[in-house]
Amino acid sequence: MSSSAPLRGRLFVRPAKLPVVASAMLLCLAAPVLTAKAHAMKIQQIKSPGGIDAWLVQEHAVPLIALRFVFEGGSSQNPAGKEGVANFLSAMMDEGAGDLDSHKFQERMEELAFRMSFEDARDGLYGSFETLTTNRDPSIEMLRLAVNQPRFDADAMERVRRQLLSGLAFAAKNPNRVAGAAWSAQAFPGHPYGLPSDGTPQSIAKITRDDLESFRKRNFARDNLKVVAVGDITPEQLGALLDRVFGDLPAKADLAPVAQTSPAAKERVQVIPMDVPQSVVQFGSPGIARDDDDFMAAFVLNQILGGGGFASRLTEEVREKRGLAYSVYSYLQPYRRAAIFAGGVATKNEEVGRSLDVIRGELRRMAEEGPTPEEMQNAKDYLTGSFALRFDTNAKIANQLLGFLFEGYGIDYIDKRNALVNAVTLADVKRVAQRLLKADELIVTVVGKPQGMTK
Amino acid sequence: MLTRALFHIRPLIIGLLMLSLSPVTSLAQTGPRATEFTLPNGLHIVVVPDNRAPVVTHMVWYRVGAADEPPGTSGIAHFLEHLMFKATEKIGTGEFSKIVSRLGGQDNAFTAQDITAYFQRVSKDRLPKVMEMEADRMVNLKLDEKEVLTERDVILEERRSRVENNPSAILDEQLGAALYLAHPYRIPVIGWEHEMAKLSRADAMAFYKRFYAPNNAILVVTGDVTPEEVRKLAEATYGKIPRNPNVKTVERPAEPPHRAARRIELKDPRAGRRTWHRQYIAPSYTTAAPGEAEALDLLLKILASGPTSRVYRKLVVEEKVASSAGGWYSGSGRDSGKIAFFSVPNDGVEFSKIEQLIDGVIAEVAAKGVTQEELERAKKAYLAEYIYQTDNQASLARRYGWALTVGSTVKDIEEWPERLSQVTADQVKAAVRHLDILRSVTGTLLPEAPDQPPGSRS
Repeated sequence: MSSSAPLRGRLFVRPAKLPVVASAMLLCLAAPVLTAKAHAMKIQQIKSPGGIDAWLVQEHAVPLIALRFVFEGGSSQNPAGKEGVANFLSAMMDEGAGDLDSHKFQERMEELAFRMSFEDARDGLYGSFETLTTNRDPSIEMLRLAVNQPRFDADAMERVRRQLLSGLAFAAKNPNRVAGAAWSAQAFPGHPYGLPSDGTPQSIAKITRDDLESFRKRNFARDNLKVVAVGDITPEQLGALLDRVFGDLPAKADLAPVAQTSPAAKERVQVIPMDVPQSVVQFGSPGIARDDDDFMAAFVLNQILGGGGFASRLTEEVREKRGLAYSVYSYLQPYRRAAIFAGGVATKNEEVGRSLDVIRGELRRMAEEGPTPEEMQNAKDYLTGSFALRFDTNAKIANQLLGFLFEGYGIDYIDKRNALVNAVTLADVKRVAQRLLKADELIVTVVGKPQGMTK
Repeated sequence: MLTRALFHIRPLIIGLLMLSLSPVTSLAQTGPRATEFTLPNGLHIVVVPDNRAPVVTHMVWYRVGAADEPPGTSGIAHFLEHLMFKATEKIGTGEFSKIVSRLGGQDNAFTAQDITAYFQRVSKDRLPKVMEMEADRMVNLKLDEKEVLTERDVILEERRSRVENNPSAILDEQLGAALYLAHPYRIPVIGWEHEMAKLSRADAMAFYKRFYAPNNAILVVTGDVTPEEVRKLAEATYGKIPRNPNVKTVERPAEPPHRAARRIELKDPRAGRRTWHRQYIAPSYTTAAPGEAEALDLLLKILASGPTSRVYRKLVVEEKVASSAGGWYSGSGRDSGKIAFFSVPNDGVEFSKIEQLIDGVIAEVAAKGVTQEELERAKKAYLAEYIYQTDNQASLARRYGWALTVGSTVKDIEEWPERLSQVTADQVKAAVRHLDILRSVTGTLLPEAPDQPPGSRS
């Protein structure tokens, strides 16, 4: 259940729902080396008899099929005052379809042991579906029903509504969630990207069956659909599958235009008081768009500054040298209509000022000096060398490829990517560091009882 | 389970539970099979080939965890795990992860009550290098006093992130502390804050010397590699480390008879909603009679896992008293397992109502058992889960590593689907006896200011 309460973990920290879109993050992190063993993965471009395009990687070693798809649109298509419709719809997709009510649908899901989930992001509504080969046809029939004939029964809607409201009540007191939502609101006032994508108690209370159905009809179409399949399936079988699941959807989506925007390049610091011993800090500023010529240089830059792994400057200075935090990071978030450079840290209230000073100092130092040649090489070695790690399961391959498709990259992108990373020069990164990193123009949100803040 | 860094963690719903021990039937012929052998110095090695991608997962599992910590040094197992990334004679300060990163690899580690594990994921040609590095730090760790103190600040921040900032996690700690009367599972893996704040270099080195040795470790390699390749590489690296005859499994205090069910209440205004929880001590795969843990897996699936379960149906769908309700069984502990139920009541619904309904669901299964249809569905779900797991070499490594570290054998792991398939409805019904209220704690979390009892300072 995508919508049940956040209580099932034990000593895990739930990753905060920061203004990060999972699929886009995956993409940011990808970089190819697979050419070394290209035969391990051949991408085929498929057109179904009914004209639906998809990418396919055949892998018959494991009797599984993974399907990933996205309808362009997502939560930025929520109607005004009805924030959370896309989220509500996603949660209703396994709550009954066709002749099957919620209970029968979910029992059937278990009998067939397929996995199906939907999730809204800012720019798209993502679907994930996995089945055992032996149950392929009946499982696909269930997916077809869910996509084309969801029931939205009143009883199921009220149950899911309670779950969504419950989730919002938890989120309202979770410092990570509060920080993420408040940062987006600060960065994108008056724009869909600034609105709470999960909705508010007021908006969730108002959402009707018609809202769900209307969103589905406007957003589930063939011209805004991207599909990837990986696993134990042939092109012919996939073609038939595509027509069966998506063939009856309208040809064209009816999407509301979303204005191009950007966070203001102006320092703004907001403190949201919360009685916690550790403050959660989100910071960010205008970023670099995916189709910008500097994007790849910015990507390498971010890897050095605050990207994944223990090798980044922020981790080195904030965590390793000073013990100020367990987690500190930065990332690029290229939305469809806005680009962000962002980051975060969680530190005890007494050290918030100092941590921010260290972070700002590192942004400044990087903007002024750029990375060292050695850092450049290390980052490239990591980015190019770790590429294969992102393609070692059917599910991961499907996620990665869907990200490429969503960005409009060609089928050969995977072979070109390493060269693109390696082509970035030290001069490129220095130039982009100056352009991107503005230590004194950050939009900052702090949730907690911070001390020592100088701004 | 705690990890060195936040970004690799995904909240596995049934996570550490039995999915980590689940292999299959229908896939028995085609699915991956482990090859195992032991080096003369006692290092147990398990290899599971998967050559779909030119990638390997290399993991070392130590048979030691938080439950083995000397009294008063809670958190030392996890602290040491962090410190293992500092330096050795050959590797400079903080260089371990940076070298792995330059190799195009990813590394991390995690600690739980019974295990401590370290892993790297690299392209196959990098395996010799990471193996050399992991073998080196098995015995050659070098710790600088100042770095130890800085890292101690990091784990204290980690505790704030995971626990102090989160009332649900505080309640979870309190539940654990109340559930066990004597066994060290009652102490949180990350440690109590006041003890963590005093952990020293000497504590870490003592723990390291006492428990880290080839004869207390299991090496698991999955991915694009053959058992013979692993054997050769392991002999040249780990094989050079002498057995440590002083390493032995710690005898842990056992639970006395339980004579009173425990109840706790936490009031914290930072809580999002009122929540209800119950946990029971139960047998684990290591301690259960044959077939019993499998029956518990099936029982909890039918009772409380997911929207088709009896608890969800009763509380959320039919009676509409809760927005969520469910439960799980974790059979992966060395000394005992755990059964848990939870619910988020709707506004205005008393906890007593929740409790009465959940107890009612349990009583009904105790009296009438489960249906054949439910049993078949639950079995299918688990068996399918196994096949899905074979898609992921890191999951496979974890399945084998965890189970072997707490005392299972490769045979146990690979015959699991068959044993699960053979569980009868009667066995599932009989397993209800492990829901023994005397061996339980019931806890509630309320978003309210704490009481000010008489005598307390205002």
